[in-house]
Amino acid sequence: MSVTSQKNIKTESKKGGLLGFLAAFPLFGRWIASLHKRYSEGTIKFFFLLMASTSILVVVLIFIFLGKEGIPFFWKHDPANLITTQWVPVRPEGITPSFGMLPLLTGSLLVTIVATIMCVPIGVLSAVYIAEIAGKIEKEILKPFLELLATIPSVVFGFFALVTIVPFIQRVFGLSTGMTAFTGSIILTIMALPTIITISEDAINSVPSSYRQASLALGATELQTTWKAIVPSALSGIVAAVMLGIGRVIGETMAVLMVTGNSRALTFNPMESVRTMTATVAAEMGEVVYGDVHYNALFLVGIVLLLFTFGLNMIAQRYLRVNEVKS
Amino acid sequence: MRRGREELVKWILRIVTYSIVAITLYLVIDIIIGGAGTISWEFLTATPSKAGVEGGIGPVILGTFYLISATIMIAVPLGIASAIYLAEYAKPSRFTRLIRLAIITLAGVPSIVFGLFGLGLFVLVFGFGTSVIAGSLTLACLIMPTIIVASEEAIKAVPQSFRQGSLALGATKWQMIKSQVLPYSIPGMMTGSILGIGRAAGETAPIMFTAAVFYSRSIPTITKPVMALPFHLFTLSTQVPDFEKVRPMQYGTALVLVFLVLIFASIAILVRSYYRSRYKW
Repeated sequence: MSVTSQKNIKTESKKGGLLGFLAAFPLFGRWIASLHKRYSEGTIKFFFLLMASTSILVVVLIFIFLGKEGIPFFWKHDPANLITTQWVPVRPEGITPSFGMLPLLTGSLLVTIVATIMCVPIGVLSAVYIAEIAGKIEKEILKPFLELLATIPSVVFGFFALVTIVPFIQRVFGLSTGMTAFTGSIILTIMALPTIITISEDAINSVPSSYRQASLALGATELQTTWKAIVPSALSGIVAAVMLGIGRVIGETMAVLMVTGNSRALTFNPMESVRTMTATVAAEMGEVVYGDVHYNALFLVGIVLLLFTFGLNMIAQRYLRVNEVKS
Repeated sequence: MRRGREELVKWILRIVTYSIVAITLYLVIDIIIGGAGTISWEFLTATPSKAGVEGGIGPVILGTFYLISATIMIAVPLGIASAIYLAEYAKPSRFTRLIRLAIITLAGVPSIVFGLFGLGLFVLVFGFGTSVIAGSLTLACLIMPTIIVASEEAIKAVPQSFRQGSLALGATKWQMIKSQVLPYSIPGMMTGSILGIGRAAGETAPIMFTAAVFYSRSIPTITKPVMALPFHLFTLSTQVPDFEKVRPMQYGTALVLVFLVLIFASIAILVRSYYRSRYKW
């Protein structure tokens, strides 16, 4: 971690800078309001088009820059080394470092799979409860809690897990350390729940009420209607919710970095310490020399992560569209 | 018999749901109780000393304030302008679909990847170094989707008749947007922006390599690295060896951070409910 950068205090006051900063806001508003006096409609439209294109630009730049910094790894180092089990990026002078990505991959997958197993049932069941069973006032109470859970920063979740869940796991399972893949999965489950519940609930709510009426008219009970008519119709939306939740879990960095123990050994046992791809990048990027093989390797890990989440996101969008067409 | 079984299933669902509420409450209360004893005027204003074990978090709060302000300046105008384009100007075309795809993709990119991107582009290629401006640009990319999606929805919620009336009176498209659409969609835009900013305030991974340092004695400026609350909490929790001594500091920092994001969230909710009751169409 590049922790200290002590520079001498420069005594020049910069208070004015900050004020000018905030004053720019009304100025921006006034500038926007007077656009039509200076520019034609076509120019204004073009201005907004340019602004909207920044999203495309940023996505393209993300791919370009990750590629630019990650791909050189392939000619600086033996690519076959990537599919080995040793991630030892820093070694004494003269010994080639090893960049076997498998332990990081299995670390990420282990944590993600265990978290998914826990958070999918909990999330979907709560979504069903909130959408179908809870009364109006109950909903108004439950939803702010989910919003609250969604706004808590991941570093706070990590800290919370570190002081409560880690000792708990250590005591209950009698381990030498409570920093395990399972600990990470627990905290990730809590973090992914708001995503899964909110999107699943939307999907359930968007099932046309005629489905319910038809089912009830045929003599089904309320619960039968929920299970056999409503949930299956909302299934594609629920799948999308799960995909987005998994995307969140696999890309989560700070909480796993803080609680999974960061052991680089390859393991499939959730009760052992692991290190995920995200945690590796976060932990090692502060120490690398910019431009060397290790730096390239970390960007390569970033590319793998980006591809994973991009794929999950695309699958989710496909299912969401199916849901839209249906309702 | 069947009745009883239905009730049982309902109770299982209820218990599952309320256990989430219980966990949320436990987390928040644990941090409030743990941090309440640390919070004092001195803690909120003093400089950290002895590797964070003593002193306070004054400059850390200031650093986060700088990061947030700069992020607002970049992300809010960009996000709102994009939303105006998507809601008012864009026709269903391949390019529009591409913009939407980009926004969805951006929303799913892991925060650590934003950190790598910010390091590669803003810190190294643009030459900003580890600085507030590099960190804020990175955070702005991260929260843009939130702001765009919320603002677009706010603009689309303005009734079509407002637009038609304005255009019928001879207003140009921009005059119509400015006088009829924006005034009524500002609350929604504000809600989205504040939620985005709240998220930016708590993010650690994107600023780790682009803006934050654990200790800096210089007065923050836009071109220098700063201390920031989430990074400070991370470092206190993992890098400081004197674990027991630093506990109060950790809890205090966590409480301030949670308090900060909750303030943003509650302002967003208040704005939303205030204007929801005022505008009815």
